[in-house]
Amino acid sequence: MKAILHIVRKEFIQFMQDRKMFGISIVAPILQLIILGYAATFDVSKIPIVVCDYDNSPSSREFIRKFTNTDYFRVARYTDDLKDVDEMLDCGSASVAVIIPVDFQKKLINGNVAQIMLIVDGTETSTANVGLNHASVIISQYMQNIMVEALVKQGTRKIPARVMPEVRIWYNPELRSRNFMVPGVLGLLLMVITTILTSLAIVREKELGTLEQLIVTPIKPYQLIIGKFLPFIILGLVDVILVVFLTNLVFGLPVKGGVLVLLLLSLVFLMTTLGLGLFVSTISKTQQQAMMTAIFFCIMPMIFFSGFVFPIENMPTILRYVSYFLPLRYYFVIVRGLFLKGVGLNILWPQALALLIFGITILTLSSLRFHKKLE
Amino acid sequence: MIHIKQAMSLNVMPIVKKEFRQIKRDKRILGVLLFIPSLLLVMFGYALNFDVKNTPMAVYDEDRSIVSRSFLEKFFVTEHFNLYKQLENKKEIDELLDGEMVRVVLVVPHDFSKKIQRGEEARIQVIVDGSNSNAASITLGYVNTIIQQYSLNVISEAIIKSGRRQFQLPVDFRPRILYNPELRSAKFLVPGLIAFILMVTTVISTSLSIARERELGTIEQIMISPVKPIELILGKTLPYVLISVVATIAILFAGYIFFGVTIKGSIFLLSLVTFIFLVTGLGMGLLISSLAETQQLAFMIAAITSLLPTFILSGFIFPIRNMPIVIQGITYLLPARYFLVALRAIILKGAGIEAFWEQVLYLTIYAILMLGISSLKMKKVLA
Repeated sequence: MKAILHIVRKEFIQFMQDRKMFGISIVAPILQLIILGYAATFDVSKIPIVVCDYDNSPSSREFIRKFTNTDYFRVARYTDDLKDVDEMLDCGSASVAVIIPVDFQKKLINGNVAQIMLIVDGTETSTANVGLNHASVIISQYMQNIMVEALVKQGTRKIPARVMPEVRIWYNPELRSRNFMVPGVLGLLLMVITTILTSLAIVREKELGTLEQLIVTPIKPYQLIIGKFLPFIILGLVDVILVVFLTNLVFGLPVKGGVLVLLLLSLVFLMTTLGLGLFVSTISKTQQQAMMTAIFFCIMPMIFFSGFVFPIENMPTILRYVSYFLPLRYYFVIVRGLFLKGVGLNILWPQALALLIFGITILTLSSLRFHKKLE
Repeated sequence: MIHIKQAMSLNVMPIVKKEFRQIKRDKRILGVLLFIPSLLLVMFGYALNFDVKNTPMAVYDEDRSIVSRSFLEKFFVTEHFNLYKQLENKKEIDELLDGEMVRVVLVVPHDFSKKIQRGEEARIQVIVDGSNSNAASITLGYVNTIIQQYSLNVISEAIIKSGRRQFQLPVDFRPRILYNPELRSAKFLVPGLIAFILMVTTVISTSLSIARERELGTIEQIMISPVKPIELILGKTLPYVLISVVATIAILFAGYIFFGVTIKGSIFLLSLVTFIFLVTGLGMGLLISSLAETQQLAFMIAAITSLLPTFILSGFIFPIRNMPIVIQGITYLLPARYFLVALRAIILKGAGIEAFWEQVLYLTIYAILMLGISSLKMKKVLA
């Protein structure tokens, strides 16, 4: 036990001595959380549209009003020149163009088919998707109104029914991306900081040749591992508390499911990231190698394939199976459950169990490898 | 060009050779820098999708009539929804949503078919898991569209029944999607990935390669050799320029083979813009290594100033337009922001220089500033 404490003290002294490093480890999470919380937003607030109305009739204006009356669109420009439309779409100052041909009103009155052209900028698929859906709902409702009016004029007694959706959004009623992202950022930060720092901490001693000095001391390998890990576990938990404090203060997002459960499950999650960090350090000779391995083989797959931004359901089947091997996947469900849904261990136990199994496996495997390397 | 000639007259080659030998010896880093980017592109291209498909959905049909069943069927003939379960009991809704088994629940009230037959407004309850707001709003869009389509059909049928022989919908609505007609996220993401990966390779590898010499103390050996600071800087950065260029070509190639992303605009412009961006990245890498004495620190600074911001703030994934004004202001500090606009314009839209000359101008100014400041700082470190 004493030996472990010595290592812990050595690590802490080393860490505190490096003032810049210490500052970054504390400032980075705060900065990232705030910037991510405000910037990582998909909230497609108001999609800019350019309207090209050749008809300029009461009907066409009424039709356009259907677009401007919603919260989804904002008219960036009215024009009667197609060139403007091209230009605005090309430079991205409008994402959707609505073009109404000359005979729009005439055709509607005569009962002919009136045409409308809708051009959508497909480069930002998310915005395009949302814009297209809103536009088709608006147009569909417009058609329904015209058709019902026609029926009424014909003298039909029975007006056909319409189905109206009554939408309830749970957990995040204002559909703010922030509420989804901020708990996710906690997972990302923990993963990045602990995986990289652990892998570097050991490889650094290797690269500088000080690992051999440690080996000749009476410290046993397991003591060395625990001593190296404890500071990072503490750092990780401090980061969790910091983030919980900040999200509550800055974003007004409390941990509905309880801070203690969060800390407990974060501890389990830290086991997996430290295990991964240790594993990376057993297969790397230099810090550069360790870093590149950690970035490209641990961090990037975890950022992209664990459901941080991109829903796992949309991925191809193979990748969906791969994602089962990423601990962050389970942790995301846990933090979002705790922050947004306010659920407890009774719902989250499968994820906790998966993390535990993964953590024990990777820790055992890499400790064994590390032992071999030392001997 | 002048740059390179000047470099040749200087004694740069020995350092370039040394650096290359070091990189070559470390096979893993070379492999990571050259091939992983294109591999990532392929994986991302398939995996990273904003297109919401196969959303698991549960339905609770209180009505259990022919009408309600045919209504619900409309959802499952599309690829957007998968039926997870027909609920028997309202209590299950909480459980399924809490445990993330389903994202949407539709509740058809018991009087649904009656109301449809009577011609009254029938309501459907749609319960959406809003936690992933982006996916939720797209999903809601689909739900709305399907429901509106159903209403439209009901009305059309009524009109046909009322005795009109020829029936046409009053408005012909033709959506046309520009630049990326199938709305494939891959096309949107390829240019972004190029920027992201180039940023990672240039900034991180440059800053690490110099920080490493500082940490191991070998930089002093170089300092007492007759190598001039400018030679050291050029020699250290040139190999990474080369590697990044090769990686870029590999990415473009992979994008073409796997996703059919072709470069619609001029390849010359693309290379020009990419080169300016590379120089900017190298300048940032140099600046970081002049600040950091250890690799650990260099990496942390690089991650915070280049890696994460490029991921989040450059418009790679999150549209800048949707960010708060203050944050939008911050994005102007990122070189990747300008690069991305130019890249997308060239690759996806095939636009000419007149569409993005401003971006090129800013990027060039940025590159000159970065290189200038970092060279001055580096000279101080080396002197």
